[in-house]
Amino acid sequence: MDAALIPLLPLLVVGGTALLVIVLDLLPPRDRKGHLGVVALAGVVMALLVSLGLWGREGRAFRGMVVLDNFALFLDVVICYAAALVLLLSTDYLRRNDGERGEYYILVLLSTLGMVLMAAAADLIVIFLALELMSLSLYVLAGFFRGRLAAAEASMKYFLLGAFATGFFIYGIALIYGATGSTALDRIAAATRAGTRDPLLLVGLGLLLVGFGFKISSVPFHMWVPDVYEGAPTSVTAFIATGSKAAGFAALLRVLLSTFKVSQPDWTVLLWVVAVLTMTVGNVVAIAQSNLKRMLAYSSVAHVGYMLIGVVAGGALGAGSVLFYLLVYTFTTAGAFGVILLLERGRREAVDLDDYAGLAGRHPVLALTLALFLLSLIGMPPTAGFAGKFYLFGAAVRSGYIWLAVIAVLNSAVAAYYYLRVVVYMYMRDTEGLPTGPAPSFAGRLALAIALWGIFQLGLLPAPVLDLAQAAVAPLLR
Amino acid sequence: MEHVTLLMVFGLALLVAGAMMWLPTLLAPRRTSAAKVEPFECGKDPLALPEGRFAIKFSTVAIFFIIFDIEVMLIFPWAVQVRALGWTGYLAMLVFLGVLMLGFLYMWKKGGLEWD
Amino acid sequence: MVPESYYTALSAILFTIGVVGVLVRRNPLVIFMSIELMLNAANLALVAFGHRFGAADAQVLAFFVMTVAAAEVAVGLAIIVTIFRLRRRLSVDELSIMRW
Repeated sequence: MDAALIPLLPLLVVGGTALLVIVLDLLPPRDRKGHLGVVALAGVVMALLVSLGLWGREGRAFRGMVVLDNFALFLDVVICYAAALVLLLSTDYLRRNDGERGEYYILVLLSTLGMVLMAAAADLIVIFLALELMSLSLYVLAGFFRGRLAAAEASMKYFLLGAFATGFFIYGIALIYGATGSTALDRIAAATRAGTRDPLLLVGLGLLLVGFGFKISSVPFHMWVPDVYEGAPTSVTAFIATGSKAAGFAALLRVLLSTFKVSQPDWTVLLWVVAVLTMTVGNVVAIAQSNLKRMLAYSSVAHVGYMLIGVVAGGALGAGSVLFYLLVYTFTTAGAFGVILLLERGRREAVDLDDYAGLAGRHPVLALTLALFLLSLIGMPPTAGFAGKFYLFGAAVRSGYIWLAVIAVLNSAVAAYYYLRVVVYMYMRDTEGLPTGPAPSFAGRLALAIALWGIFQLGLLPAPVLDLAQAAVAPLLR
Repeated sequence: MEHVTLLMVFGLALLVAGAMMWLPTLLAPRRTSAAKVEPFECGKDPLALPEGRFAIKFSTVAIFFIIFDIEVMLIFPWAVQVRALGWTGYLAMLVFLGVLMLGFLYMWKKGGLEWD
Repeated sequence: MVPESYYTALSAILFTIGVVGVLVRRNPLVIFMSIELMLNAANLALVAFGHRFGAADAQVLAFFVMTVAAAEVAVGLAIIVTIFRLRRRLSVDELSIMRW
């Protein structure tokens, strides 16, 4: 194999699988598309293994516009886990909702390609293209169930606000180019180090942060989150919540920590405020939700706030714990949405809190599984959520942001209320004669098993993965 | 001086276009019918209510048109620099067009070009 | 020769008009047009800056922005058509199932 192609290997695997699925979709059988899901899953797992195998390698391609380093590889692993879990959950779910079409798998693979490219981007042009590849596929996926008005409206809202964010993003890139004369991240970094204090540069960075804010759904750019999470197919919701967030944080961390290191005092203050607002708004509004998908949407906003703490704390510890938390969050959230998705009864998804009354009697295993994921979202030991939060808040304390850590802990206590409410409904309420749904498929059970393994593996033995995460951010901090 | 030839081309073009519009009024036979005197509106009833029917197929075709319109825009810079870019550029363009053709094939086979 | 600052000023004005348009207008198509205005403002700024530095990379980026804008048009129109099929009128205010 050509050595120049090695940095592109994870991208090539995902992209090649996408093209393969396009070809396979044109071939018979026309009416059943489940095998495409298997091919897509195989491609994603292959990309996961390739990323693990390339660990420690460094390289650049396309004149340094795409970079291979441990940071990109760690996020590739997170993204591929998210994509694999989503694909495992999808096949059966699509069939039950008459949505089994080949386009679904193609779009999931294309948006995965965008995410993987975003983690490896070393140039603002590539970040922009990757962001769009990811987002455009997700807009369509959000409205994938064509006959449903709620899905179509979620799709449109997601699209309009996402495109709006793109406008800010690209104008920010234009201004940064105007101030530094380059779009390459290391050349911009060199220009900032040389002491360019062009106001254009700071305005450009601000616009860039607005664009990122939409993508990672931080306050005040979170208004699309509840509607899109509720309206989109649940498998797509899980993907938006996990994969696209990981990709957004990847580009955000790379831009902030390695390129705009000089402006750190400026953006730290801003992100401190954003982090506090994000977790507080997310948690407080989540209390009022009786729809489980909406509740998890606001809870995901709150978790973005927690992760921003790590960005504020900075350094190997702070950024490393963000990466660790992204992995934890992927397993936990994909698992929680997976249970919701599997609990569907008679073409209606179990999204209301009342649907969960007495679930422990009807579906003891699923109820226990959901309870464990919720405990991980709260941050109870020995689940992964505890380890993740422990490292994030610890990093904040270590960097001297005591108040930030205090606010975060208070927020976690508030959050425990609405998560535990679901557990109480499941275990303490009567069944009220609700029918049981279909038995979960093998793929669905496998996805939940993997997610459960993830939260216990990371919860009981977090140190090795945290070491890897800290090694992964080392290239950014050089 | 070279601009004079350009002007002549413009003049010739105007002349030809004008002639083609004017000649039929002299030569063509006039047979009117109800359908012919109606104002022309492609594909729909021109006198229908504005809230009325809307051929959604038009927007589908417009969407496909945009994509292939943009593709040409990306080929132009390559075509200008084709010698400087050499075989690497040629291969890259082949890959690009190959992916694009695959997308076109997909659209075709999925019935995107059918006009019901 | 028009100075470069004219171009950047014009692009800033276009961008602002676009942002205001998105925030004020209620029709998805008009919002979408305003977003396109924002993208084109960025293109104008890119080309003007590229001229200052005498480098081609900004021009190339402008090409990519146009490509992405076209892809957005394709996806956006498709989504709007889908909604139109499900519901005959088109206004953001009438997206009643979910609040804006």
